[in-house]
Amino acid sequence: MRIPAILLAAAATFASPAIGQQSTPTPQPTVAVPAQEEGLSLQVSDESDWQDLGIAIPAFATNADVPTATSAGSTGALGYSLAQVITANLRNNGLFKPVGPDSLPRPAFEEVRTPTFETWSGRSAEMLVQGFVRPGDADQLLVGCYLYDVSLKQQLASAAWQVAPGDWRRAAHKCADMVYARLSGESPFFDSRIAYIAETGPKDRRMKRLAIMDSDGANHRYLTTGQTTALTPRYSPDYKSILYLSYFNGQPRIYIYDLERNTQRLLLQSQNPLFAPRWSPDGKWVLYSMAIGGNTDIYKMPSGGGGAVRLTDTPGIDIGGSFSPDGSRIVFESDRSGSQQVYVMNADGSGQKRISFFGGRAATPEWSPRGDQIAFTHIAGNFRIAVMSPGGGELRYLTDSWQDEAPTWAPNGRIIQFFRTTRGSGKASLWQVDLTGRNERRLQTPVDGSDPAWGPLRP
Amino acid sequence: MAQTRLTLTAVLAASLALGACASKAPKQLPPDPGPAVSTGQSQGDSSAPVPGSQADFVAQMMGQDTIYFDTDKFNVDSADQAALQAQAAWLQKYPAKRASVEGHADERGTREYNLALGERRANAAKNYLVSLGVDASRLTTVSYGKERPIALGSDEESWAKNRRAVTITVD
Repeated sequence: MRIPAILLAAAATFASPAIGQQSTPTPQPTVAVPAQEEGLSLQVSDESDWQDLGIAIPAFATNADVPTATSAGSTGALGYSLAQVITANLRNNGLFKPVGPDSLPRPAFEEVRTPTFETWSGRSAEMLVQGFVRPGDADQLLVGCYLYDVSLKQQLASAAWQVAPGDWRRAAHKCADMVYARLSGESPFFDSRIAYIAETGPKDRRMKRLAIMDSDGANHRYLTTGQTTALTPRYSPDYKSILYLSYFNGQPRIYIYDLERNTQRLLLQSQNPLFAPRWSPDGKWVLYSMAIGGNTDIYKMPSGGGGAVRLTDTPGIDIGGSFSPDGSRIVFESDRSGSQQVYVMNADGSGQKRISFFGGRAATPEWSPRGDQIAFTHIAGNFRIAVMSPGGGELRYLTDSWQDEAPTWAPNGRIIQFFRTTRGSGKASLWQVDLTGRNERRLQTPVDGSDPAWGPLRP
Repeated sequence: MAQTRLTLTAVLAASLALGACASKAPKQLPPDPGPAVSTGQSQGDSSAPVPGSQADFVAQMMGQDTIYFDTDKFNVDSADQAALQAQAAWLQKYPAKRASVEGHADERGTREYNLALGERRANAAKNYLVSLGVDASRLTTVSYGKERPIALGSDEESWAKNRRAVTITVD
């Protein structure tokens, strides 16, 4: 892992004037360590254009240090962990320079609503995130989060959440989301989950299992055993189930994994191979692709079951598909022109129109949740993640590597995850990049990973 | 790694055998590959396979159980036709046997497209077998896309070996 010098330097200048009791301005180990702890490593492709917003995030206060049913320990320890999770969230998007609880004094419970602004302006912090954690109703935890502008000496936002002990990290993500949304003007995205395919084993006999995790890599869980190959998962909009492809008797079929009951069921019966399952934004429809005699077309069926409608009928491979956020249109890929290209059609299959005219091939289109852009894989020699407008213009590359494919959007449409395959070994890993293309980093997963699918913001 | 090298060697032998005359029965039978899904896996058993078994099919085909495709293509060329003719002759000799055609793609394609492309290749092979008189009801197809490469390198030579359709008879 390469630690960008600017991060360390920035953290050092930020934290050191205030440390006082420490004689050297050496970067605090915590500046680097949480990146590992949170399952993330960082690679900054361009350090020149960072915003300089320093945010101090001291440990959350508590009224009394009492035991909790969380993995983090007592409310005191939990207050510390909450600040760490928020710091890691905010560090990893290129907009902010957060400094976490390791190098900061912990405010008293009474100070949370009335910060001592001089303490923080003396540390060159422009923004301050304070909070508290204390027992709530019926074994729940109450977490409060406050954002202050240090120079204005003003509260910018505040919120509180009551969460079950097992969901304590969600409170931290909600707090980070509040801070991110208030300061960037963008929609929140940290409180979300990712489904992906965990890969192990040699290149010619890879075991591929369905797995899920939080947006920061925490709460990781395998859903399938790997006895059959699982591919291309998609979270349902309500997070209750996952559509994915799995082999059964040597044929790819589409299954739905029920996350509440931990069961899986076949979506539909067919003698033909089925690929590329997708939800509509309202969860009422499922798109899928079916091959009949060497010809693959896209179909649409009600997610609760029922008759399917065939949307494409040209000779060749029509596959995939991603709805516009309002559900009225679908972007998909087709090789009807001779090579993979991106097309748009109305949700009933009418008005099919090619939109990619860049040279090379264009594949795996995904409509941004904001509606303004389409992410896709551009293939011309290397495989690169790129975005274009829904009309097909304004091509912009976000990555440049040997093989990057299968973009998936963050709920706010500002960040894209994808998977990167290493030439030779075939090992795949999950990565994410923001829309500037400057902030690219790898997501640490317990084993290799592919086919990331980012779910929506959790309610 | 030993397994890998063995596999590569066997595939090389298989591709060389493609150039050989298809109608002639092989003088020397290769080792019994057992219930393998390709010619690349050898169990080192030198006893002759049971006639009409998958092992017999693999032994008789001498590499012609697999046909190869150009990048993004699924057309059956003359070398493929010779291989499929040999397969069809064997299948007609054992009319009770069924077969599955597995289509594959190289790693230089996106995952879902490659699944569809593998299916298209398997169907091209199946359709040619049917045109040679093999009953369509005896043949099924399956695609593994780029998920099951037989050659492990990331180079043109490996990719050419992975763009394939393999016929496997069902015992």
